[in-house]
Order: sequence, then C-alpha cells, then structure tokens
Amino acid sequence: MRRIISILLLVILAFGISLSLAKIPFGTPKTKVGRYYIDEGIEETGATNIVTSVVVNYRGFDTLGEVTVLFIAAIGLGAVLTGSGGEETRKKQPASLVLYTGCRLLFPLILVFGTYIFIHGHLTPGGGFQGGAIIASGFLLIYLGCRERRISQRASKLAESLGGLIFVVIGLLGLVFGSYFLLNFLPKGTANAIFSAGIIPIIYIAIGFKVGSELASIIDNLIEES
Amino acid sequence: MIFVFFLILLMLVGAVAASIFRDLISAVIAAALVSLAAAILFYFLQAPDVAMAEAAIGAALTTAIFIIAIRRTKRYEE
Repeated sequence: MRRIISILLLVILAFGISLSLAKIPFGTPKTKVGRYYIDEGIEETGATNIVTSVVVNYRGFDTLGEVTVLFIAAIGLGAVLTGSGGEETRKKQPASLVLYTGCRLLFPLILVFGTYIFIHGHLTPGGGFQGGAIIASGFLLIYLGCRERRISQRASKLAESLGGLIFVVIGLLGLVFGSYFLLNFLPKGTANAIFSAGIIPIIYIAIGFKVGSELASIIDNLIEES
Repeated sequence: MIFVFFLILLMLVGAVAASIFRDLISAVIAAALVSLAAAILFYFLQAPDVAMAEAAIGAALTTAIFIIAIRRTKRYEE
C-alpha cells in the first residue's frame, strides 16, 4: 500500500515538474542578462572567461557567501570529529612500493595542475573552486599512498584564514577607492594577459588557497578518525 | 551525438545500480560512475568549468569521503 502511494506521489510530482519545464524553451536565450554578459563581459571586467567574470565580478558577493558556507562546514566537521580522537594507535599497513612511488611522483604534478587552474582562472576554464578541489584530491592521494605523512594543521589553517582575509580586504578596498563592495579598482590591462582583469585573479588565487586547504583539512579530519 | 546518449544511459544505469546494490562500496562506485559520466557530459555541453568541479568533487572527493565513512560503519546493508 505504501509503495503504491509513493509511486503515485512520484508520478504526480514528475507530471508537475514536466508541466512547468515544458514552458521553458530550451536552447533559445530568454533572459537579456545572459546576452549582456557575453557581449560586454570581456570589456567591462577584462576577464576572457565569462564564467569567472560572472562568479567573481558581477556576482562576487554571492561567491563570498559560498566560501563562507564551505568554511562553516569545514569548521563544524573539525569540531565534531577532533573531540573524540585519541585512541588511534592501530598500526597502519604500509602501502606497496608501486603505490608509494606512484603517489610521490604524481603529487607535485597534481599540485602544479591545480595551481595552474586557479591562477589562470580569468583566462581559461576553471578557477578557485576547481583548482582547490584538484589540490585537495592530490592530498587525498598522499593520504592513501604515503600514510605516515600528514599536512600540518597550522599551515592549513593559515592558508585558509589568509585566503578569506584577502578576499574580504580586497572587497573592502573597493569601498575605500570607489563606491561599492568588491569594486574592480585595479587596472584591467589587456585582455588575455596573465596580469589583467584587475582584482579577479587575486580573489581567485585567495579562493583557491582557501578551498584547497579546507577540503584537505576535511579529508585529514576524516582519515584521522577512521 | 550517439556518445552523449550513451553517457546519459550510463548515468541512468549507474544511478539505478547505486540504489539497488546491497554492498555499499559497490553502490559508492556506481555513484562515482554517475559523477564521472556527468562530468564528461558537461564537457560536451560546453561547460568545462562545471565539468572540472564535478570531476574533482563528485567523482574523487565525495567517493573518498563515503568510503571512509563506510569503513567506520558497516559494509553491507541488511
């Protein structure tokens, strides 16, 4: 009986969703703002990657909120997990030679790749969040392959706090030099150059450090506990 | 075009498998398959930024976190 009712509910739900989605014409631009970003984005912000110009410049305040959510999640996880530790004395099996050598070989390459992704966030696809996630997956590889190695909690907290601080301070400097929070007050430069787009690369590098260290410390907390 | 439909099919199969499997490690791997196919699909839909985030977070980090959690609890569902 419960099964029939739930299937019926799902059908009604699917019907409602498809009814409302059918009204949206897919593939044709309906909003004017999207067209505006594509036409004027490069000139106004100096970033050739439109996604970055929206995420960091037009909608920079939303990104600050997003970074804050991730920060609170990492802090909460750390607070829940670090309290019960201490009994961890079980001997860890060492990884095999192939895995150990492979992860030591790959780790610097992954770090360089992640750094490239967030430094070139305003030119090529990717940015602070993507680069940070790639760096965190490099640390995950280190935890799986070279088990005796740990990241220093101090360094990770320092990178995290510095990233957040730089983001907020640059936002406030916009208030000092101009009229609103996160104003792009630095010179735009020529498009497609690495030193261009004003504050966008600085903010994305800060986000990259912040996201990378946060995700790495989440993994560190979880592995420490298990 | 055929490849895109194959990816969508792969995502559906992975999603159904993830909910059917009793072995939770297998279910997590099936869910990672969904993420990986979604990442490739995003790339073909010309959204490389989303594809990158999906591949790094959905396929790598989430899977690892789930597996660590399963190690602490039970591997098989009753």
